[in-house]
Amino acid sequence: METTLVVRKSSQFRQGVQAGISIAIGYMPIALTFGLLAKTTGLGLLETVLMSMVVYAGASQYISLNLLALGTGIFEIVLTTFIVNIRHFLMSASLNEKAEQDKLWKKALYAFGITDETFSVVATKEGTVTTSYIFGVNIVSYGSWVISSGIGYVVGASLPQSLQESMSIALYAMFIGLLVPALKKHRKTIWLAGLAAIFNSVFSLVLKLSTGWAIVSATLLAAVIVEFFYKERGGVDNG
Amino acid sequence: MDKMIVLMILGMGIVTYIPRMLPLVVFNGVKMPPFLQGVLKNVPYATLGALIVPGIFLINEDIWFGVIGFISALVIAWFGANVIIVVLTAIVVLSVYSLFM
Repeated sequence: METTLVVRKSSQFRQGVQAGISIAIGYMPIALTFGLLAKTTGLGLLETVLMSMVVYAGASQYISLNLLALGTGIFEIVLTTFIVNIRHFLMSASLNEKAEQDKLWKKALYAFGITDETFSVVATKEGTVTTSYIFGVNIVSYGSWVISSGIGYVVGASLPQSLQESMSIALYAMFIGLLVPALKKHRKTIWLAGLAAIFNSVFSLVLKLSTGWAIVSATLLAAVIVEFFYKERGGVDNG
Repeated sequence: MDKMIVLMILGMGIVTYIPRMLPLVVFNGVKMPPFLQGVLKNVPYATLGALIVPGIFLINEDIWFGVIGFISALVIAWFGANVIIVVLTAIVVLSVYSLFM
């Protein structure tokens, strides 16, 4: 029994690592550029790597560099970071419905690794997800983020311009790769993704909401509307 | 290391960690009302829609860059390709595209 449990855990972990590789690839160009920008902003190598290790949130790390360069105060930078990253609250709540029950400290530990990307990979997996799987996804993604930030700083250059440009599609392609199988299976997901896409475009491009708020309000609105609509129809066509 | 910068990093780390951690810890083992459960189960697919659009069309000044990336990822994913293959294909297609631009 003991050994089969260990084997199951390690294969879950390995599956997670494999699923995280797309994220690792996608993080590379972003983190390399972050390292480079941090250097030009005047941060030290240790500070740069420390930020990637402790904050681990791409958009807010970029924003903090911008604000530092503008001479913004620390309190304002921390507050902005909070506002940008508050959307993870919704993802964490959603993940709580999806993940297996486990010890609190383990959940508190893998919660640190929740990003737009790791959440997307974990939450679209069929069935319940195990703690080991989540750790697998988190570790490769986190490793890529931290190491690439350091390399970007040390090498002082990002990837060749054309490769950098084409690699900027990586995370979007991953999101599409995660979404399409679900689109083919459940009509409901077409509504969810389509509505959220439209709302997000309106919120960010027309109403000029900041990216974090636009995403969270578009997501929530689409999720509530679709749920209401499907409930009204008595849960028919759930598949 | 500059003390203020380290302080800033710690502050950023804490305020980023809190929203990531709170729901998983506070709602641990809590059974949500069915409607809310449904909404939370909808969140991943809605998030994906919002993460893809409009961002993908804005990654390059040349909007065709995003459009071509979008279509190639969509087509290959539709034929059942693994996520990693979808990612690599999109990168290769756009590398070829930028060669000719």
